[in-house]
Amino acid sequence: MTLFVEQCLNGLQFGLLLFLLAAGLTLVFGIMDLVNLAHGSLYMLGAYFAATFTAWTGSFVFGAVLAIAATLLVGMAVEVIAMRRLYGRDHLDHVLGTFGLILFFDELVRLIWGPGGRSLAVPSWLNHSVAILPGIEYPAYRLAIIVVTLAVAAFLYVLVMRTRIGMLIRAGASNREMVGALGVNIKLLYTLIFGLGAALAGLAGLMQAPILTVQIGMGENILILAFVITVIGGIGSIRGAFVAALLVGFIDTMGRSFFPQLLGDLLGRQAASTAAPALSSMLIYILMAAILVVKPQGLFPAGSR
Amino acid sequence: MVDALLHVAGLCKRFGGIVATDDVTFEVPDGELHAIIGPNGAGKTTLIAQLSGQLTADTGRIRFAGGDITRVPAWRRSHLGLARSFQITSLFLDLSVLDNVALAVQAHAGHSFRFWRNARLETGLRQAARDALEAVGLGHRAEARASLLSHGEHRLLELAIALAGKPRMLLLDEPMAGLGPDESARMVEMLASLKRRYTILLVEHDMEAVFALADRITVLVYGRVIANGAPDAIRADAQVRDAYLGEDADV
Amino acid sequence: MTGALTLRNLTIAALVLVLALLPLYVALTGDRFMLTLFTRIVILAMAAVSLNLILGYAGLMSFGHAAYLGIGGYTVAILCFEGVTSAFVQWPAALATSALFALIVGALSLRTRGVYFIMITLAFAQMAYYLASGTARYGGDDGLSLESRSGFAGLINLSNKTTFYYVCLVLLFASIVLVWRLTNSRFGLVLQGVRSNEARMRAIGFPTFRYKLAGFVIAGTMCGLAGALIANHTDFVSPAMMFWTRSGDLIVMVVLGGMGTLFGPVFGALALLFLEQFLPAAISAVVHPFDPASAARAGEFWQIVLGPLLLVVVLFARGGIDGLLGALSDRIQRARKGGHG
Repeated sequence: MTLFVEQCLNGLQFGLLLFLLAAGLTLVFGIMDLVNLAHGSLYMLGAYFAATFTAWTGSFVFGAVLAIAATLLVGMAVEVIAMRRLYGRDHLDHVLGTFGLILFFDELVRLIWGPGGRSLAVPSWLNHSVAILPGIEYPAYRLAIIVVTLAVAAFLYVLVMRTRIGMLIRAGASNREMVGALGVNIKLLYTLIFGLGAALAGLAGLMQAPILTVQIGMGENILILAFVITVIGGIGSIRGAFVAALLVGFIDTMGRSFFPQLLGDLLGRQAASTAAPALSSMLIYILMAAILVVKPQGLFPAGSR
Repeated sequence: MVDALLHVAGLCKRFGGIVATDDVTFEVPDGELHAIIGPNGAGKTTLIAQLSGQLTADTGRIRFAGGDITRVPAWRRSHLGLARSFQITSLFLDLSVLDNVALAVQAHAGHSFRFWRNARLETGLRQAARDALEAVGLGHRAEARASLLSHGEHRLLELAIALAGKPRMLLLDEPMAGLGPDESARMVEMLASLKRRYTILLVEHDMEAVFALADRITVLVYGRVIANGAPDAIRADAQVRDAYLGEDADV
Repeated sequence: MTGALTLRNLTIAALVLVLALLPLYVALTGDRFMLTLFTRIVILAMAAVSLNLILGYAGLMSFGHAAYLGIGGYTVAILCFEGVTSAFVQWPAALATSALFALIVGALSLRTRGVYFIMITLAFAQMAYYLASGTARYGGDDGLSLESRSGFAGLINLSNKTTFYYVCLVLLFASIVLVWRLTNSRFGLVLQGVRSNEARMRAIGFPTFRYKLAGFVIAGTMCGLAGALIANHTDFVSPAMMFWTRSGDLIVMVVLGGMGTLFGPVFGALALLFLEQFLPAAISAVVHPFDPASAARAGEFWQIVLGPLLLVVVLFARGGIDGLLGALSDRIQRARKGGHG
């Protein structure tokens, strides 16, 4: 039972982290129609910046704030220098161009930080367990992640649903030309949106750093999951990204924990131990394939596109 | 009593809150040139799309050549003899003019799971394509890249592609869109020459052309049929004048 | 292919000649490394040729093509592991497994378009990656070694590097010939029509899905054969062969070389692998006069150049190397005509 609750929470936490990543991706895709493979690089930069700034300032929170700011700046710079030229082009051009950016950032990080990776410790004031239910303890840091990401999700909700900028975002997701015709400074809007996506990615990267990793190429691994979520949720839909992220987070975490056992009960120890590791990892992709077969536009297709 | 070649009954199509096609019923006998007219936004292109299969109607029936084609996919309708031209030119711009038409011929010349022989050397296909190009007056442009043609030539190529599959019925969506007076006159002559040989459903805004060519006319406003009959009757119809023809000068 | 003596055609002819005579060069200079490098180039060029069929000619942006290298390679490696070393069993099996995987992936993916298609092909490739990585019997993450190369019952000895090189080269040329015939056939014209305007293709009467699927399967099968070759070349297979970034590498080769052209993929593979090999040295050479101490390290960061280079190609030289050669050829033609006019 303890394990179950713990894994549920892990699934929630993982899902929320993925949501941060996917939200930026789906925003940029939905509004600027831009496929950004380098989104994972921003995630990686967030983690590296946080590791360095925390070491300099001695404070996790300061380090985090600086890291988010730095990632935001890098994101906006990338938008102005590179992304602007890709708008309106074939998706293949986006894929190729941003793939080139992945290579560039991986090498840049290697140049600046070296090939060895970094470490970022859980801040001491969060380095304990909390009794969330009688008899069940859960790491405070992971709880903090859940709280922070839920707060960010709420902020995004308010931003998209209640503000003028949010209105432009929703309008842009369903009809890009119209937003331009409304006389809005499209260039600035795009830069800000891309920056927002970058900041979200950076935040996700720095938050997972103490529990997972800070290394070159970490973006490539998680990028796929973020894209899967974007596709399942429906491109351009933040609500879709939220639902899909939680779905993916749960299934992946619970799947890896309980699926081998389930398989063992069904097929017997021998067969399960051969098949389980592979199948657990594949669950997410099987889910995506299944959803796309039934709903080729994802769960919450945005707008009339 | 011979069954009409095309019979449309109670066709309806909604997009969210908008009713694009509202209980449309009409028929087109074999050999007739039937025009569909109406103001912008009347749902004419949506109607054509449902007839040719790019869109599926929500309710209603479409019968063609005695068979129910309401749920038949677009590519198969082409094989049943229904060909369509597009209002917004839809060509293979990076291929040659001849290749464009030859593809349409190839689609109706057996399957294309032939992997070795050079298809551009198949005289059967190439000759039929050249014939279709000659028929619309584009024979001299056969080798040119489609993207290099003028707008007027594009509209003719649209027509040639529709003709290449040797259809029984043509669904022509504003063939004269964007044409100047000379080119329009040429197109009207072209369409007149196609009458009788093909059954034609013509969507057009050019009223001169419509009244010159049409055997019968259906008037569509906000997706509904408000009138249906011979050109003279339509011209005289008060409702039609109010809704559509009223603004036009001499028609 | 035009017969004209253009710069482009001459370059292609030169390339073919270089590839054919390479072993001679190696025999004369003793530079065995070149043989290894070029074998790898030839095999990856074949993989790129297969991707070009669906990407360049049919316009299908498959981001999971590296999976077939892995599937073909693993089929050979697994059979070898289980004691089956005859190429006459291994290679047809590699073709069959690749074809089957392509059939399933294609049937499920080709109903989607645009970025959905990219994502779903990518996801299937990742599935293959995880399948290999999670299967402990065949090495899991550590990969699987081949005890011996595929045996041709003594007729061809793949352990001889020169023989192996020529086997790969012949297969590369055969695949180019196949793509040449395919793209000019009825089938190929349908694929090109689909790339150009799929909606119109359906309107004129083509059931496009089945043709796309057939193309997808042919491409996957061809790449599976390249996979069998690579397994023999490195005597080793690992899940990393199928990671999605490897599919990205293949796409880079196709685009860099020139999409939708016969020899583009070969140029692309050559360019990419050459850059990988020699750009570090070139960068070191450039840095050396200024800062000898860090020259060596500077060379290591060649990928910093490759990334933006790719972006530049996408933005300004979309036709890739073949496109550049074509443009140069045209310039020369015009200059000559001008001179005579």
